[in-house]
Amino acid sequence: MLGRTANGLYWMFRYIERAENSARLIDAGLRMSLTRSEAAEDDWDGVLQSADVRELYDQVHEGLTSGDAIDFLLRDRTNPSSVMSCIEAGRNNARMVRTALTRETWEAINECWIEMKGSLARRAKTTDMPEIIDTIKRRAGLIRGAFHGTMLRNEIFNFSRIGTFIERADNTARILDVKYYVLLPAVSAVGSSMDNVQWESILRSVSAHRSYGWVYDAELRPANIADFLIANGRMPRSLAYCYDKLVSNLGYLAREYGERHAAHETAEQTLGLLRSQSIAEIMDQGLHQYLKEFINQNNRLGREISDGYRFYQ
Amino acid sequence: MINADSSPRQPYSTYHQWYASQDRNRLIAKSKEAEKIFRKTGITFAVYGHADSSEKLIPFDLIPRIISGREWRRLAQGIEQRVIALNAFLDDIYHKQEIIRAGRIPRELVEKNDTFLPQMIGFRPPGGVYTHIVGTDIVRTGEDQYYVLEDNARTPSGVSYMLENRETMMQMFPELFHQNRVRPVENYPNLLRQSLSSLAPAGCEGRPRVAVLTPGIYNSAFYEHAFLADMMGVELVEGSDLRVIDGRVKMRTTRGYEAIDVLYRRVDDDFLDPLTFRPDSALGIPGIMDVYRAGNITIANAPGTGISDDKAIYSYMPEIVEFYTGRKPLLENVPTWRCSEPESLKYVLEHLAELVVKEVHGSGGYGMLVGPTATKKECAAFAEKLKSRPGNYIAQPTLSLSTVPIMVNKGIAPRHVDLRPYVLVSDKVQIIPGGLTRVALKEGSLVVNSSQGGGTKDTWVLED
Repeated sequence: MLGRTANGLYWMFRYIERAENSARLIDAGLRMSLTRSEAAEDDWDGVLQSADVRELYDQVHEGLTSGDAIDFLLRDRTNPSSVMSCIEAGRNNARMVRTALTRETWEAINECWIEMKGSLARRAKTTDMPEIIDTIKRRAGLIRGAFHGTMLRNEIFNFSRIGTFIERADNTARILDVKYYVLLPAVSAVGSSMDNVQWESILRSVSAHRSYGWVYDAELRPANIADFLIANGRMPRSLAYCYDKLVSNLGYLAREYGERHAAHETAEQTLGLLRSQSIAEIMDQGLHQYLKEFINQNNRLGREISDGYRFYQ
Repeated sequence: MINADSSPRQPYSTYHQWYASQDRNRLIAKSKEAEKIFRKTGITFAVYGHADSSEKLIPFDLIPRIISGREWRRLAQGIEQRVIALNAFLDDIYHKQEIIRAGRIPRELVEKNDTFLPQMIGFRPPGGVYTHIVGTDIVRTGEDQYYVLEDNARTPSGVSYMLENRETMMQMFPELFHQNRVRPVENYPNLLRQSLSSLAPAGCEGRPRVAVLTPGIYNSAFYEHAFLADMMGVELVEGSDLRVIDGRVKMRTTRGYEAIDVLYRRVDDDFLDPLTFRPDSALGIPGIMDVYRAGNITIANAPGTGISDDKAIYSYMPEIVEFYTGRKPLLENVPTWRCSEPESLKYVLEHLAELVVKEVHGSGGYGMLVGPTATKKECAAFAEKLKSRPGNYIAQPTLSLSTVPIMVNKGIAPRHVDLRPYVLVSDKVQIIPGGLTRVALKEGSLVVNSSQGGGTKDTWVLED
């Protein structure tokens, strides 16, 4: 496969993952602002930070309002992580690697782009938001379904999955870091209904507010949330799950190519740590520090994969 | 579709019955459905020079153009004869030049032509094939009366529309394909791959590695390049993916550099090799011409084939066909005035309002004058252009093209069409039954180019 094609697949799936993530963050933000009467701007500050676009936002907008924040996350082309930017970048990559995709997968992303271009042509009204968020999630689901249902499990599949999970691990770590950091001073106050909304928003940002209850007590506890998002191997957006998938997809590539790269060592080492360290140990060494290191390491893994498999644009 | 006595023409009889039984609203809904299918599949093209040049659809008309098996056989024989002559001509002018020595074609017309590549002199491509893929543009003026408009021996496009039009028709009206015995076109990508593979360089071991070379996603025909690579199951590459290493053309893969045996290029000669041709080309591969001349890669179509479909050479096609096949051409050439000849120029200037004037190297319907529909002012302006560079133009009479029906708001209406059958050349000549029918959607218009508001139709050749 061309190194350019592998790169295109990897980024196509990173962008699709990011689009969905941005939509989920908006969803969580909207939810919070519905259940609070004041200081909604602070919530959007947290959302923008989770999406890693807080500074970029300030370059475009004067002050922080929920309307501007939503628009910035949803459709601003100057924000490379906005839903529309991501869908467009994902679709452009798909167009370039068209020959590596099944017709179903290509049509799913192309139709997603056609529909979103239409519904995001103008600034969205608050009343339209639930429907828009829903459409993005449904479209992303259709892409995923077409991809899983029709693609041959070969190197094309592996590079696509690697893109998905590098992006997802980054997103989850970032959400946990920002939110947790913001909330930590209030840990002592856990239990009040207001804080429950805040904690729940973390789970909502990763579509895990229901499943959390199946695994832990109904009560939201900081350590359990961290455990769920970092170490739970069954939770599809947890760091441990992402790395389990990264290791297995890299493993298929190693067997097919008959060679291993630095990326294999890095991914396996990280997975080992995610499995062996207890959440108490992580909390002791400092969650913020831990997540910061994780994000750096995840970026390094991305570069190692890119080097090992000769990606280029 | 209809004879003068208002009975349906024979190949249309079954279709006509079906059409008469259709609810018009259903057909209009189907028309919209077709558009949706094309858009979601991404069968779009970019129009150069438009501000919003993002992505446009070529209008699709859902009434098929139907050709009887008998008429097709005669047509196919004529095309085959012509394609064989084209290859023989190319081989000759890059070797012994017997046709020039026999005085049938002026030497300067060949050797001073920009499309004649001195780099090809004395070189014979693998299998002796120059034009692997040809798209002969043909118009019909009446029963068994066909004229060749152009030979398109460089990189003819549009074959993806032929395939997608059929696919769409089969999806929307399966019953029509039970009622009519339509010869299939779907195996074109397989035939193309086989044909290309069979002409791999002599030293190639194992299964030849084929790739399609595209200028990239911003090219107007990118969809087609991706489509063909996909359907053939071969790599789609850009110039920047390729490099000449150790005398081979290699592509940058996830495993390192891997050699290519056959390159189906969809970039023009000029851009193919910046070391040999245009030094500013970013689309090509530096040094590929050396690899080619050393016999280590097959390029389809061969560089330098442009000389054979040059519009000035076109006017000599009857002589060319006769010279190499020893027979009279089966297909007519449109009478052509070469404006480089003073007497012809005089005639053309005097009869501008009756003629179609084209640029010798033009394509896509750009830079031409259609006399009968042009205003006096347009004719006068064109006359000035003609006088300043006569050698740049040829002129042809407007033919009374036959029409086929299309769906319009008020029912059906006749429109002018042309036909581009696709021909594959290897050790044999294979002609796909059918081809691309382009239709001038504007009433009375003769210009069928998609860049000028033309549309397409599915083209059926019936078994009989």
